[in-house]
Amino acid sequence: MQVDIQNLTKKFGDVTAVADVSLDIRDGEFVAFLGPSGCGKTTTLLMLAGIYKPTDGTITFGERIVNLVPPRERNIGMVFQSYALYPHMTVFGNIAYPLKLKNVSRADQQERVKRVADVMGIGELLDRKPAQLSGGQQQRVALGRALVKEPDILLFDEPLSNLDARLRLTMRAEIKALQKRLGITSVYVTHDQVEALTMADRIAVMNKGRLEAYATPEDLYDHPRTTFIANFVGNPPINMVDVELAQENGQVVARCAAFTVPLDSERVRKAVAHGRKLTMGIRAEDITLGDDAALTGEVYAVEPLGREDMLDVRIGAESFFALATPQQRMRAGDRIGLHIDAERLQFFDPATGKSVLWE
Amino acid sequence: MNMNTSARARTAPTRPNLTAYAFLAPVAILVVLFFIIPALLVIYISMTDLATANFTSDVGQMTFIGLKNYETLFSDPYARKIFFNTVFYVLVTLSLFNVGGALVVALLTAHINRRAGFFFRALWLLPRLMTSTVYILMWERMVADPPYGILNQLFGVAGYGTVAFNTNHIWTFVILVNGIIGISFGMIIFTSAIESISKDIMNASLVDGSTAMQRIRYVILPLMRWPLLFVLSYQTLSLLTSYEEILLFTNGGPGVYQTEVWALTAFHRALSNYFGNAQWGYGSAFAVVLVIVGIVLAILYLRIFRFRELVSEPKIENL
Ligand SMILES: Nc1ncnc2c1ncn2[C@@H]1O[C@H](COP(=O)(O)OP(=O)(O)O)[C@@H](O)[C@H]1O
Ligand SMILES: [Mg+2]
Repeated sequence: MQVDIQNLTKKFGDVTAVADVSLDIRDGEFVAFLGPSGCGKTTTLLMLAGIYKPTDGTITFGERIVNLVPPRERNIGMVFQSYALYPHMTVFGNIAYPLKLKNVSRADQQERVKRVADVMGIGELLDRKPAQLSGGQQQRVALGRALVKEPDILLFDEPLSNLDARLRLTMRAEIKALQKRLGITSVYVTHDQVEALTMADRIAVMNKGRLEAYATPEDLYDHPRTTFIANFVGNPPINMVDVELAQENGQVVARCAAFTVPLDSERVRKAVAHGRKLTMGIRAEDITLGDDAALTGEVYAVEPLGREDMLDVRIGAESFFALATPQQRMRAGDRIGLHIDAERLQFFDPATGKSVLWE
Repeated sequence: MNMNTSARARTAPTRPNLTAYAFLAPVAILVVLFFIIPALLVIYISMTDLATANFTSDVGQMTFIGLKNYETLFSDPYARKIFFNTVFYVLVTLSLFNVGGALVVALLTAHINRRAGFFFRALWLLPRLMTSTVYILMWERMVADPPYGILNQLFGVAGYGTVAFNTNHIWTFVILVNGIIGISFGMIIFTSAIESISKDIMNASLVDGSTAMQRIRYVILPLMRWPLLFVLSYQTLSLLTSYEEILLFTNGGPGVYQTEVWALTAFHRALSNYFGNAQWGYGSAFAVVLVIVGIVLAILYLRIFRFRELVSEPKIENL
């Protein structure tokens, strides 16, 4: 089912939770809504579900405007962060509930619940009550309940946030594989950029109720349109420095209070054409550590992440995240040289926060 | 470390218990003083002939007569009538108002705009906040028999005939008078029970395809089993034992015990009999019967609602 959202707005009294959001979702697509807490993701999802009525704008499922269509006529499945299982019903009762409401016969209920439960790997638990299940099992039941009526659209509201890290990884892969196999159009709300980047076909980044960007994960990562997106996507977070670009001896240099560094690349030349005072973004993986470099800094802190060490390197008052292999044996206090990959830099207008490289 | 814990384990049983008892003592003393002792006294008095008619000079002169008061009670033809009055009054008030009505008000106000819901619930609280004498006076003026009564005046203006509400429909009004006060207690408990159901569960049911009515039936009501049990049992007992409004409104009349209920009889016999003839012993027998009925009912409720099943044992397994 394809979904079209036009100028969607939701106000709660004086609070504008969602402001003028427009985007389209293709049939079978997996779209993630990504943004910090309170940015309006859940509100958007509940409007798609039909729980909230839009203050303004339209939501179209296929050819049908559904603004005023009650949830039960939308054929959607939804998975909540809190699982939202009915505590007084057994696992069977929970999964069968949407079927019971559709007056599906007892025999068909049995069969369809059994089938879904087997897919979800909870076939053995049908007689249990939700309180007798672990978090992961509960989330599988919730997913089963959402899937059992063969919905046109699946809605997820931070479904993995309450699970432990390991389980989250497994469930992430499972949900993604299941969605691909069934081809159900899915909207997945999360504040976790890794989830969005790994699962989604396209990501809608939201900020204070507005849509900041709507793009594929690669595009979002490589071509951030605003400082908000650049800051929000990527781990460790992108390094941002306010610099002044200048020509020196026929070469472009970036200058700030802490350092001056020569830079040469197509991006830098494009940025220079836009203005002199800019915010420069450098991702940690685009900084290589070496001895003879134009920039030297002091290692302030080392955070071992297992596969790599995350360094906090200080140059004057500026602080940079950089990555090192554990074999490099970096220690706090070490002085190191930093090579910056000038082809991978991002530049933003400090006044508007907009990229000067990408429209 | 090992020694430490074992040393603590040895002293543990006595010391914390003493502290616990010390904390319990003030309340325990009050309960004993104002509940247990009076209850025992009433039971004892119910087995004596204590009454103004047998009075000579001091209370010590009452004689122990065993279960004689109870014999009198069970062969009293009016006691039978009063018993069925009470059953009727409690059942009807409970189902139409204190539980049924409260549930309807709570469910309705939970499904409308929050502010409007709050307003209507506040409205239902007013009768309980009003002084009962004033409240009853209003009802009396309202339903007085013709040619008096506000309702009858209005009927007259509207061109309808008058009705002897007070004489012919007194039970309707006794139940209304009590029920309208009684709704608020259950209403508050039920409303908070409904509001404590997680928003996600409420939304999940709608997304799963329920109508508002189906959600009430399959999700909200089952999740309210405990507050329902609580209000049902609590209100049964309080209706059984309260008589203040009936005392003020009809005082058990009109006619012979037409609206007399058991608790009111206990009061009448013991403290407010005709010509100051107080039968403390006999009245106490009525009170004791009421206490026994109350206890039996409370146990029954716990059985019927299978209280133990409300607590389920978690069996957590790893995935
Ligand atoms: N029912 C509501 N009434 C009033 N304000 C609300 C309501 N729901 C959400 N909001 C407000 O709208 C904003 C967006 O909320 P929400 O959609 O839940 O954010 P998110 O899911 O992205 O964390 C928040 O500022 C929140 O306080
Ligand atoms: Mg949310």
